[in-house]
Amino acid sequence: MTDKNNNERITLAHGHGGLASHHLIRDIFASAFSSPELDPLDDAANIDLPTGEISFSTDSFVIQPIFFPGGDIGKLAIAGTVNDVAAMGAKPLFISVGFIIEEGFLFSDLEKIVGSMADECRHAGVRIATGDTKVVPKGAVDKIFINTTGIGIRRKGIKLSGALARPGQSVILTGPAGVHGAAIIVARNELNIRGKVYSDCCSLNDLVEQLLDKLGQAITVMRDPTRGGVATALNEISRASKVGIEIVETEIPIGPETMAVSEILGFDPLYLANEGALLIILDDDAVDKALRICHSHPRCMEARKIGEIRDDLGGKVVLKAATGGRRIVDMLAGEMLPRIC
Amino acid sequence: MKHIDPYRQPGTLQALAAKINDLPLPDRKINLMEVCGTHTMNVHRHGIRDILPDNVRLISGPGCPVCVTPRSGLDTAIAYARDSRVIVTTFGDMIRVPGSTSSLQDERSKGADIRIVYSALDSIEIALANPDKIVVFLGIGFETTIPGHSQTILSIKNKGIKNFGILSLGKVIPPAMELLADDPDLNLHGFLAAAHVSTIIGLKPYEPVAEKGIPVVVAGFEPADILTGIIALLEQASKGESRVENVYTRVARSDGNPKAVEVIHRVFKIVDSEWLGFGIIPGSGVRIRDEFADFDAEKLHPVEVEDTKLITGCRCGEILKGLIEPPECVLFGKECDPSRPQGACMVSSEGTCAAFYKYQGPFELND
Repeated sequence: MTDKNNNERITLAHGHGGLASHHLIRDIFASAFSSPELDPLDDAANIDLPTGEISFSTDSFVIQPIFFPGGDIGKLAIAGTVNDVAAMGAKPLFISVGFIIEEGFLFSDLEKIVGSMADECRHAGVRIATGDTKVVPKGAVDKIFINTTGIGIRRKGIKLSGALARPGQSVILTGPAGVHGAAIIVARNELNIRGKVYSDCCSLNDLVEQLLDKLGQAITVMRDPTRGGVATALNEISRASKVGIEIVETEIPIGPETMAVSEILGFDPLYLANEGALLIILDDDAVDKALRICHSHPRCMEARKIGEIRDDLGGKVVLKAATGGRRIVDMLAGEMLPRIC
Repeated sequence: MKHIDPYRQPGTLQALAAKINDLPLPDRKINLMEVCGTHTMNVHRHGIRDILPDNVRLISGPGCPVCVTPRSGLDTAIAYARDSRVIVTTFGDMIRVPGSTSSLQDERSKGADIRIVYSALDSIEIALANPDKIVVFLGIGFETTIPGHSQTILSIKNKGIKNFGILSLGKVIPPAMELLADDPDLNLHGFLAAAHVSTIIGLKPYEPVAEKGIPVVVAGFEPADILTGIIALLEQASKGESRVENVYTRVARSDGNPKAVEVIHRVFKIVDSEWLGFGIIPGSGVRIRDEFADFDAEKLHPVEVEDTKLITGCRCGEILKGLIEPPECVLFGKECDPSRPQGACMVSSEGTCAAFYKYQGPFELND
């Protein structure tokens, strides 16, 4: 890492490809992300992939604030893409990283973000193979945007897809719903809510690997319920698979902080994002084993069976409320606005 | 959360649901109206319509302040937004409600300065920071929100602020309930009165409604509160009684919050007021008193308002009166959904159409 002082800032020169760019790449990126694929710093990385099918996913991260309890934009950019690849039943191996940085961004903040990306890569066992940095004039982006793309090798004999849910199967949620969304709302501090809610942001490819090792074809769908939360992810699955899904309110893990934030602001936690939880749809007889595996994972100790796939709900996602009554859980239409009275 | 957890205990809720279904009810249809939008939202959210006996129907009422704001009120707000000297401050829901030819959201995209605030008081800072502009706060709300508007005006009265005014769009609930109680098409058998409004006004203002033979029960917003309220209403209705009853005693007192009521009346006078769907209801709105005219937006900075046009097809008016349910409107779920609302009932997070759309979907739950 550098010995630059705390107030040094990124300038447009760092994006112009000259000496300043060279120093930025050498001092910050190359040392933190060092890998056999990246180290030559050529125009493209050469990768020797094992034969077979790959899963390939890209995502852009524009979160605000960039630092939040439980993570930052860098950790999120790695974990998000790792989880997208892993949820397809692939073993994530390589990541590309593109930064778009606003002129005037603090070097020290960039170092922190890059450091947490490197940490998350180590944790997930993936390597950054190639990258790019652009610096744009002040105001052209909000602080820093990051794009990551991931490649993983698909496991033979396993096919996971949102279209493969079958009536009779069960739905597991591996962690409390909506915590990332709640953490970000609180971190924005627009409403002076005191206290901290920690995002669940983390890579779960190790969990996916264990689940597929032990349960194989009993699992047919995995989805990380990010934007739009559990409700949206389940709606996507019900539409793709043309099945109904019934979830049971009293079985859905929701943390007290998430609940409190939702109550104050009029949000439904089922629509708030997770960044370190998975929805798993699997054969009912595999549920106990899957839950045992989840519960031995440090980030999934609150995993629960929350519902089941049905053929009788007209293709809808339905919540059985604690009252015993049922109601539809639809796609979110429009934005969530704070209540006014 | 500890203070609300007991009101969501599955065991409690199921026992209350069972009690409703065990009540000896007459065979005739029993129509109950939940007046408040928060009740409507929670009735749907907790699946309460699904557990009621077949002959008990919950009808959603007019208790959504955004929804009952007449189109002329929105047009006035839009006229202010179009004035380059004005900064409009508003609660978030208002910006997407369509007026006659535009919405605040459309005006904002054309450059109008419209800011979302969480209380009237937030507008004062904006007024202080923009001395060359006039800040107009859209003063919608019921008895719960109006004391805050009053307090804002009282707090700045002698502070020399000359560029802040409230557009008086506030309403009071009981006169609308009296009107609905008399409506033969609705044939109501009970009102679930709004929890928060009742904490301000107490029980007495509902007595004229009860005297018309319609029971009124004040209930909280948690599912156990709502179920308890429904039980109380059904018990009264089945015995042919009609009293004002309070099952929200942990918060709402019989005499309400006299101080808040006093604060309302110090700043506002009660006037006849137009409600979307109802027309003019006598004594149902508030207007800033003359002694505070400096903070009455319409006196501080009058604007010309375009002629009000009705939107063809939108049946918000009948929905607000409980005469039809949202799926009976031809626009519902087709031309009108929360992403492109045609009427306020689909915009507000407490609107009846938004509640139906969110929790029942554009289609009926198909068993």
